[in-house]
Amino acid sequence: MSRIRFTRRLPAAVAVAGLALAVAACGGESSTSSDGATAAAAEQLKPNADLSKQSLQVTVWDGYTPKELPEKAKEKLKVSDVKIGLHATNEEAMAKLTASGDSGIDVAFVSGQYAQALNEQGLLEPIHAELVPNLANLYPEAGQLSYDKGNKYSVPYTWGTTGICYRSDLVKAEPTSWNDLLKPPAWADKKVTMMTTERWLALPALKSLGFSVNTDKDEEIAKAKELLVAAKPHLLAYDDTTFGDKLVSGEAVMVEAWDGWCPTTEKNIKFVVPKEGSDLWVDTMVIMKSSKNKEAAHALINYILDPEIHSWAAENINYKVPNKAAMERVKAPEGSLLGVKPAELLDGESIIDLGQASTKYTRLSSEVTAQS
Amino acid sequence: MKSEAKARPAPRVRGRRLGAFVFLSPGLTYLVVLLLVPLGLVLSYTVFQRGRFGGVVYEFTTENFTRLIDPLYLGVVGDSLRIAGLTTLIALLVGYPTAYLIAQLPSRWKTLALVAVVLPFWTNFIIRVYAWIMLLSGPGLVNSALGKLGLGPYELLYHEGTIVTGLLYSYLPLMVLPLYAAIERLDPQLREASANLGASAFTTFRKVTLPLSVPGVLSGCLFVFVPSFGNFVIPEMLGGNKSTMVGNLIRDQFLKARDWPFGSTLALALIAVLVALLVVQAWAARRA
Repeated sequence: MSRIRFTRRLPAAVAVAGLALAVAACGGESSTSSDGATAAAAEQLKPNADLSKQSLQVTVWDGYTPKELPEKAKEKLKVSDVKIGLHATNEEAMAKLTASGDSGIDVAFVSGQYAQALNEQGLLEPIHAELVPNLANLYPEAGQLSYDKGNKYSVPYTWGTTGICYRSDLVKAEPTSWNDLLKPPAWADKKVTMMTTERWLALPALKSLGFSVNTDKDEEIAKAKELLVAAKPHLLAYDDTTFGDKLVSGEAVMVEAWDGWCPTTEKNIKFVVPKEGSDLWVDTMVIMKSSKNKEAAHALINYILDPEIHSWAAENINYKVPNKAAMERVKAPEGSLLGVKPAELLDGESIIDLGQASTKYTRLSSEVTAQS
Repeated sequence: MKSEAKARPAPRVRGRRLGAFVFLSPGLTYLVVLLLVPLGLVLSYTVFQRGRFGGVVYEFTTENFTRLIDPLYLGVVGDSLRIAGLTTLIALLVGYPTAYLIAQLPSRWKTLALVAVVLPFWTNFIIRVYAWIMLLSGPGLVNSALGKLGLGPYELLYHEGTIVTGLLYSYLPLMVLPLYAAIERLDPQLREASANLGASAFTTFRKVTLPLSVPGVLSGCLFVFVPSFGNFVIPEMLGGNKSTMVGNLIRDQFLKARDWPFGSTLALALIAVLVALLVVQAWAARRA
């Protein structure tokens, strides 16, 4: 975080710090240890290191970055090699990154709360802002993400929210509330899906009850469980990956979906953020502390923040990117969700890793799915 | 293995032992390095704790074992036993006549029939499970065919019955093959003798064929039960994640909850159940 950018954002930073305390009070773990520890442990990186002696191993979701990224980055940055490995889920990435002391991975793409968990475990290199001048392309809001205020150890790549994705031609009334999903009307019975990843499984129930998505209060989680168990008989399935196909085929008429996964460019498919509110999810780029190629890793992140590269995700996979310069280049197609303003996104609650309390959510999802 | 060492001159024995060891060593090395060591590591986690953000904290605890006897997890184990048991039973009822018929075929047809049994294994497992989704889904083949007859659409996908169907389809060949091998080995003269002594076809089957094929029945049941019990792909894809089996639970501990110690403890429980079954099977096979 360079000094100049910091002072420009000071008022926001102060406000956000207040919010962080509030979040911490309702169960979030605001990390105090990591700041102190990482500041001490941060290596001195050389801004003009010889990158041709460094090679990069990246792990990212399939289809999340341009196909030609490795070749282009290699050529542009003059690094000896850029290899891209894939993971299907955050969980899989975490298993890769934490199974041994050195995973051999330099740069990883993971969602915000996972970046936070990796940092809490001391596995991340702080972002040396002086090596990433393109951070200036990001919206000011991109520095106010509650899992990592001021992008100390993670750089946001895409962001969005969770809502209801539906077939406007097959619903008798447009959904407006999480309750439309949790207590579907007769015409939608057994034609609804919800997500199975534990925090997103809990989200509709928590939000419809007016609770925080980061609550760790047993009684609130228990109330959410009652709602989820009552909803189960009316669901077609729990689905995190193929809900879009189920809408297209007409098997489902309403599904819980991440905005980027809702195929709104298809005819009759629409997306709504329920009135009770939702989350703000962020997929971020992090640099592993075990990396031997930290200068090259910073150079790659800087390269990805180049508007020309960063706009790819918005143009090709319909994800909003937190990069103002990149978004200004994008023409949003008919029906797309790209027009949502960053300030509106910030209305959503960031899901943060709850540390010890996160096992409560694992238990909740086991209890709901084991219920027959 | 019967040891005939006593009847043979000593040097030969030493040579044979050494030879056996040389031939066994690649397999043994593989088992020790790639199975026992990793398994030992996983099992050692059962007495440690989950770190606050995942990972393993090396502080001794017995908490994982007390969590194991929670009704929630016992219920999941019970569900898995029920689903795997039902799958095994149906596989036996379907597989036995199939194996019996194949064993009676002329040898040309026998080979063809056996190839037909193992043919599905030549296609990737996930693709075959997807094929079931395409068959059974709301707008799928079965419903559209029934629709032409003015029936349905039926809810064919995403319930427990679908899980059993998927497991049965996947593992039926593992029931048929050992049964075929057992029935095929039976001496036809035994059945003739039984008939000559006045037994009806059914009595011959009940008194002669069935008891002699018990080892095959036991192997087949084990081959079907074990992978069904630990399966997590089919409950997810064909069960729509609406049922949890032990396999799902273990996978979720390692991946979603990042709780390696408890995941290891669940895995240990699963292994214990399966080893117990193996012991029972070995004992029953010896008695048969």
